[in-house]
Amino acid sequence: MNFGFTEEQELLRDQVRKFLDAQSPVSRVREIMHTDEGFDRQIWQQIAALGWLGLVVDPEYDGVGLGFVDLIVILEEMGKSLFPSPFIAHSLAASTLNELASDDQKKRHLNDLASGRKIGTIALLDIHDLPNAESITLSGVIHEDGVVLNGKKLFVMDADNADLFIVAFKDQHETYLALIHRDQTGVSTQGSATMDLTKRTGSLELDNVSVATQDLLLTDDENINRLLDKAAVAVTAEMIGAAEAVIYMTTHYAKDRIQFDNPIGKYQGVKHRLAEMYVDVESFRSLLYYAAWCVDESPHELPRSASLAKAYASDAFSQIGTDGVQLHGAIGFTQEYDMQLYLKRSKWARPIFGDADYHYERISQLQVTD
Amino acid sequence: MDFEYTQAEETFRHEVRTFLDENLPPKDQRGADFMAQWLKKVRAKRWVGFAWPQEVGGGGGDIMQQVILKEEMAKRQAPPLGTCMMGLAWVGPGIIQYGTDEQKTRFIPDILNSKYHWCTGYSEPNVGSDLAALQCKAILDGDHYVINGTKIWTSLAPFAQWISMLVRTDNFGSTATKHDGITALLVDLSSPGIEIKPIENMAGGKVFAQIFFDNVRVPVNNRLGKEGQGWAVTIASLANERSSIGEVTAMYAKLDSLKMLIKDSQRQGKPAMEDQKIRRRLAVFEAKIEAMRLNGLRYLTRQIKGEPLSSETSVNKLHRADLEVEMSDFAIDVLGQSGLQLGNQLETIDRGKWARESLGWPNVVIGGGTPNIQKNIIAERILGLPKD
Ligand SMILES: Cc1cc2nc3c(=O)[nH]c(=O)nc-3n(C[C@H](O)[C@H](O)[C@H](O)COP(=O)(O)OP(=O)(O)OC[C@H]3O[C@@H](n4cnc5c(N)ncnc54)[C@H](O)[C@@H]3O)c2cc1C
Repeated sequence: MNFGFTEEQELLRDQVRKFLDAQSPVSRVREIMHTDEGFDRQIWQQIAALGWLGLVVDPEYDGVGLGFVDLIVILEEMGKSLFPSPFIAHSLAASTLNELASDDQKKRHLNDLASGRKIGTIALLDIHDLPNAESITLSGVIHEDGVVLNGKKLFVMDADNADLFIVAFKDQHETYLALIHRDQTGVSTQGSATMDLTKRTGSLELDNVSVATQDLLLTDDENINRLLDKAAVAVTAEMIGAAEAVIYMTTHYAKDRIQFDNPIGKYQGVKHRLAEMYVDVESFRSLLYYAAWCVDESPHELPRSASLAKAYASDAFSQIGTDGVQLHGAIGFTQEYDMQLYLKRSKWARPIFGDADYHYERISQLQVTD
Repeated sequence: MDFEYTQAEETFRHEVRTFLDENLPPKDQRGADFMAQWLKKVRAKRWVGFAWPQEVGGGGGDIMQQVILKEEMAKRQAPPLGTCMMGLAWVGPGIIQYGTDEQKTRFIPDILNSKYHWCTGYSEPNVGSDLAALQCKAILDGDHYVINGTKIWTSLAPFAQWISMLVRTDNFGSTATKHDGITALLVDLSSPGIEIKPIENMAGGKVFAQIFFDNVRVPVNNRLGKEGQGWAVTIASLANERSSIGEVTAMYAKLDSLKMLIKDSQRQGKPAMEDQKIRRRLAVFEAKIEAMRLNGLRYLTRQIKGEPLSSETSVNKLHRADLEVEMSDFAIDVLGQSGLQLGNQLETIDRGKWARESLGWPNVVIGGGTPNIQKNIIAERILGLPKD
């Protein structure tokens, strides 16, 4: 029994921490998030060189061959630094191909992703409220030599920056993933700003896009839902790091800021709220670590464990973001002060891949069918 | 990360299960002499005082075995391993760590054999959360301490033979040095000058009491630890609280019985399960209980690796306090008016049970240190915020 990280994982964490502190402190994040692309290609290439882009890809396809628990170590630290990049989208795309694609498909696409030559993303959802396979509406009729797709995918992470899109659609009976390249005729993306400038999303428009059979992947709803669970796990891992940063900043501020002759951290309205934040972060941290472990080691437990983690984190972190600003007073409301960036992240993270209502409802449905 | 158990641990789990299969009939089939038999058998297996060293008669079990034992017992709703609850939880560990050899041979076997009850006297009428300010005093007179003062909320005092208590032997009236000058004494409750007045709680139980001490003479031999060391003795025995694993299994059992209740209940004229708010509340309980389980495992892992814990147990205590209140209130909400009935008039087994439980939460929520105090502990000891 060991519910902790290995020494290697702790070393990885150190490496990530040092790298981000040096290359992407929040001052740099602020510059990056105001650029058109919203991420720094130079840093991206450095990350590629460190192996992170192929972390969960098998070594034969240029990856490192590690697991999801290793991935969340990186994500937690990225969340702490609000590191802006397509890392989550890319890792999910890579992980999907690694798990589901044929050897030929892996050779043609996965090496490019693992080595950082191309950026991948997943385009699954059509109706954002329901992050599950059952509500995919994009459809196509499979022909001998492939499929022609027409339609729009919404809420595609890093749509404007991705080279390779993993697109879910259904024909009459089956669920498929199509591997679509940005250069293909009829493919266009429309990025849109969200309140969190460190996170880019957009839509993917497919206008008579033909996808050859060799780029189709027959799958099923269970696999799509697994991918969505992995996405929820990845986002929640970042939430841990970001929430921890809020507690850290607010605790420091509460020790320094004097009002009524005392540091405000002496007042229970302040210190008890910080203690509650700590309790919540400890708790969704545990739930998330377990869910991440389930991805590779106990897949049948993943739906429940991912939903428990995302549900708890969605409610808790969003309140932590709000209270982080509130406990800072007016300074927390300023552009200049970093706390607002974390508040925006907390708002962004709340609905992504299912909000608390969605996941709690799912938990109770899982109970009924148990 | 891995959640596997070693071969030896699996073997131990198997041993526990086999024992329980053979010796623990279902709750409704436990006869009148069941408890006496049970106590004898678990004692023979050395499960009583399972983590205590074998020299004093304990089981010498390691931390993982303790977890396994607690987990399996909680799953089967096994009765406790002894009836001397306070002795097993706090007093025994204190004596083992700080007691003299004479105290160990005199008290530990009786605790292990459930001979009589102990109680613990910390709180006083004017001293609750701020325990170090305690005032009940003991003055040395030859080879005896003479105690004058009072203790209150002392659980089990109406049935106990002995009390492990804190008294002030020095630094009277000084708040700056209040942690010093506290001494731990083991006191025979039949000593002259002791009066015990049971106090009825809101659920109707008379389990705790106020105890008055009027020139009560206690031999110096009955001092636990050195004079003035009482604070350290107390902290050490309170720190004995290990993982919350057994507790979590019990919480899951409670959640299951809530789910059963919901299945059979109506709400606004429809099956309760069709109410989305009801489903959500249940799922939130599940998230908190699962978080407690996993927090416990994470802290346990750190203990196994030999990393000292700070005050992380307060995290689960706060969850437990919330759940304790919320889960029984939830049952009452679902049952509506029939949930208020104390008796069994309405012919549903659960009814009455939930009403009683909904009045029982102070045991956990106040008795073990209040939520405000737990939050202070986290804020001050873990986050390093200033004391208030
Ligand atoms: C069922 C039960 C069994 C018990 N058994 C025993 C026993 O066996 N032996 C024993 O010695 N004692 C026992 N106690 C007493 C228990 O330890 C105390 O009740 C507890 O420590 C709180 O003290 P108090 O009741 O005096 O409340 P107080 O300390 O007076 O607290 C009253 C309220 O003020 C709040 N408060 C106090 N200080 C602060 C602060 N610094 N910041 C914010 N809020 C604060 C508390 O949270 C609480 O809400 C038992 C209590 C109960 C309910």
